[in-house]
Amino acid sequence: MNRRLKNGLTLSVAGAFCAGLIISTYWLTEPRIRENQQALLEQRLTPALAGLMYDSGVTESAVVLEPPHDLPGEDAAVVYRVYAGDEPVAALFAVTATDGYAGPIRVLIGIDLDGQVSGVRILEHQETKGFGNAIEHTKSDWDQQFKGRSLNNPAMHRWAIRIDGGEFDQLSGASVTPRAVIAAIRDTLIWFEANREQVFAWPETTR
Amino acid sequence: MSTHGRLAAGLWRDNPGLVQWLGLCPLLAVSGTAVNALGLGIATLALLCASAVLVSVARHTLADEIHLPIIVLMIASLVTCTELLFMAYAPALERSLGVFIPLIAANSMVIASATQVSARRSVASSLRHAAGTGLGFALLLLALGVVRELLGEGTVFANLHLLTGSAPFSGLRVADSGWILAVLPPGAFFILGLALAVKHRLDRRWRA
Repeated sequence: MNRRLKNGLTLSVAGAFCAGLIISTYWLTEPRIRENQQALLEQRLTPALAGLMYDSGVTESAVVLEPPHDLPGEDAAVVYRVYAGDEPVAALFAVTATDGYAGPIRVLIGIDLDGQVSGVRILEHQETKGFGNAIEHTKSDWDQQFKGRSLNNPAMHRWAIRIDGGEFDQLSGASVTPRAVIAAIRDTLIWFEANREQVFAWPETTR
Repeated sequence: MSTHGRLAAGLWRDNPGLVQWLGLCPLLAVSGTAVNALGLGIATLALLCASAVLVSVARHTLADEIHLPIIVLMIASLVTCTELLFMAYAPALERSLGVFIPLIAANSMVIASATQVSARRSVASSLRHAAGTGLGFALLLLALGVVRELLGEGTVFANLHLLTGSAPFSGLRVADSGWILAVLPPGAFFILGLALAVKHRLDRRWRA
């Protein structure tokens, strides 16, 4: 057989074999992967709703706001509406603090109907290990200090870290990181105050 | 070389990290914690063995002109499968290792082993070589991970549940904090340098 033809054939067989390998692995793992992702999402939302009674399936009420929007961040913001029966209980916001030390920080903020923070979780970040990464719940309880806070508690000008004259703990050696997160929480509270009615009137656009 | 010798060579004499200096990027980047190190070590070992078998089985059909693209294709496919398996069975570890699982496809150690050994030797011989190389890499990775986590965070095998699902024990905490530099990138170079020094010292002593 012509050498070129033979090589072409070998390459095709190898390509088909490798594609088959990947396809069969994908078939085997896909249901489990999807389950994991759904569970992860629900599990990541729960801590921001601490102390509230609500119905499960929070992820099904997601509304994705594509930029430009008035929430913090230059990428899509996700709003989850939280209900108990038919009554709205809280709203969850996945927003981005753009001015972190090492890039954007994705923050999850839960706010109840009275405008009080029910919980804050850092979803994603690239802050420096040993310094800025203390915003992570696994590294410190820095994110706990926002629970129960609202726009009047503390007063607007006190929504800052201590060295800037505010109420909140800075992280030693990393003031840029907490500044970014605190500003994102404050701006989300301001947004929710202005749009509270509207949020629960949106039709569902589950992603 | 004896069977035994070929397996042992990868562990010590030809250790990919300490002697051949191959695959240093993942070695340095992922060895910040013992759990990450163990996870990537196991993944790399499994991948080396799987690609050794695959390449070795196909070695007679691979003409010189096309053997490289086919070997790279095989390795890349196996890496994709590995990543899918991680996502399904150890999702938290997969997130923690991030891009370093797909990057195994570009690990010079894996490609070198496939093109220089598996493409020329029998399946059994390739497999022994791959197992030795993979074990040498995994153990070095694990050693760096244990030392860096211990120095840097004061723990060993913290977050073991990332790897095992449910943890039989949740890691050892030796101290409340540590020498942060050890878990930062420069620490990786320091500790690898120390490991090299120790190996040279031992080699010299045994030769004498």
